[in-house]
Amino acid sequence: MVNADTKVTLCGIELDNPIIPASGTFGYGYEFAELYDINCLGSLSFKGTTREARFGNPTPRIAECERGMLNSVGLQNPGVEKVISDELPKLKKCFSKPIMANVSGFSIAEYTETCAMLDSDEQIGWFEVNISCPNVHGGGMSFGTSPEMAAEVTRAVKKVTTKPVLIKLSPNVTDIASIAKACEEAGADGISLINTLMGMRIDLRRKKPILANKMGGFSGPAILPVALRMVYQVYEAVNIPIVGMGGVSNAEDVIEMMLAGATAVQVGAANLVNPYASRDIINDLPRVMEKYRINSLTEIIGGAH
Amino acid sequence: MKQALYTIGENTRIAKDVYKMRLLGDSSACSQPGQFLNIQLPEKYLRRPISVCDWDAEGITIIYKILGNGTEMMSGFAASEQLDVLTGLGNGYDMSKSGDRPLLIGGGVGVPPLYGLCRRLVEQGKQPTVILGFNTADEIFYADEFRALGVEVRIATVDGSVGIKGFVTDAMAGLDYTYFYTCGPLPMFKAIEKTVTTSGQYSLEERMGCGFGACMGCSIKTRSGNKRVCKEGPVFEREDIIW
Repeated sequence: MVNADTKVTLCGIELDNPIIPASGTFGYGYEFAELYDINCLGSLSFKGTTREARFGNPTPRIAECERGMLNSVGLQNPGVEKVISDELPKLKKCFSKPIMANVSGFSIAEYTETCAMLDSDEQIGWFEVNISCPNVHGGGMSFGTSPEMAAEVTRAVKKVTTKPVLIKLSPNVTDIASIAKACEEAGADGISLINTLMGMRIDLRRKKPILANKMGGFSGPAILPVALRMVYQVYEAVNIPIVGMGGVSNAEDVIEMMLAGATAVQVGAANLVNPYASRDIINDLPRVMEKYRINSLTEIIGGAH
Repeated sequence: MKQALYTIGENTRIAKDVYKMRLLGDSSACSQPGQFLNIQLPEKYLRRPISVCDWDAEGITIIYKILGNGTEMMSGFAASEQLDVLTGLGNGYDMSKSGDRPLLIGGGVGVPPLYGLCRRLVEQGKQPTVILGFNTADEIFYADEFRALGVEVRIATVDGSVGIKGFVTDAMAGLDYTYFYTCGPLPMFKAIEKTVTTSGQYSLEERMGCGFGACMGCSIKTRSGNKRVCKEGPVFEREDIIW
């Protein structure tokens, strides 16, 4: 028998296990708490929050793919003020561990204002800054596509909070390692990756894209190899911890992601297909650790290098 | 919401491209007619949301039309096969507003949830009138099942092969009703909206990711804010909908 120690430490905060439901697939947590006690989770990353309320993109904004899905939800959220006044109090009633605050913005000022407002919430353990959004002051190019812009967001957010800041990277770039490195040099405490891959499906009856937004983010088990490759590359490039995600659907995928270099692992689309997915993965971890003779998950981080 | 395995008790063709499936198992999460369930299919990533036609202590009845490769796969399932299903999804119709003589209007594959609603309204001593709209005679289903509940059933077909020639709104002429409930395609809703004289409830459709409120894929704007069709819906009050 192995010990099956699932504890990991992410930026100084200990997690009972590395499993974190990914932003946008778990709401603000309380709806899943009707199904199971979500305190079994390592943490959770709440729905991407912006300064102002957003409806998001027009529908349809979901399309199915082989072993995955596209979404073009477009960061629907009630805005940071309502998140603080309405959503987080409901989350606190059913979850007692540190949470990951996922924040998005369309300008540097939006990122910093949103993070500054959330900074006083004691339950927030980390900020996870999504830099896949277009910069309205930068010609609409995504913050996450250039090392300079990624570093600029990192520096700005670091100035308004003392909590650890993870930068969530877009995979839709030429050189992910250079962007991760730029974030590290700008003071990031960790890197979170990958966000969704841009994709499209076309409706054969209408002969037009299925999504009203035409393009959307591809997620699900089909993207796991891409995510593993990028986590592996970023692990070689930086010395700060990595939160790995992309297509993780079972405990074996979690082990792979940690061997590639992830300290913690997020579960995304799987929650939408099986609402118990995150809990099931946590329950299955000891079995898989036993099978592969793993005593401690911390010991295997980056083990594939 | 509940997740469970169900055994297919029956899966039979009842009209052109339309099948009735009986799912034997836990129906305790079903609380209101007009709710839906979400079925996992082999080799398909997302579940298939299907409205509940009716339920009882032994299981749940659904009626579906072959529209894509998922529903086509479903039509090939044999009795005794098992399916992983999320049940008790969505709000369902609010029966407390029906008045004594509610009007139920179903178009095509939008007809099924109105059956469970009709049966319960009759049990409550209400006197519903039912209008069913189809394109052609070979698409008609459940007219006899509604009649067996002892209610007046009017049928409209676009080609006039059965009942009134035209649309459901043509069958509404001269009817006196206290409230309306409807499910069907969007063009039918728009025609109903111009014709109805009372308040009522529409069951809306939208492409869904999860079906239980997590992904925000199926959101719509309403007069009382953003709503998820899968969670706050699929049934919305007439006054709440922005057309």
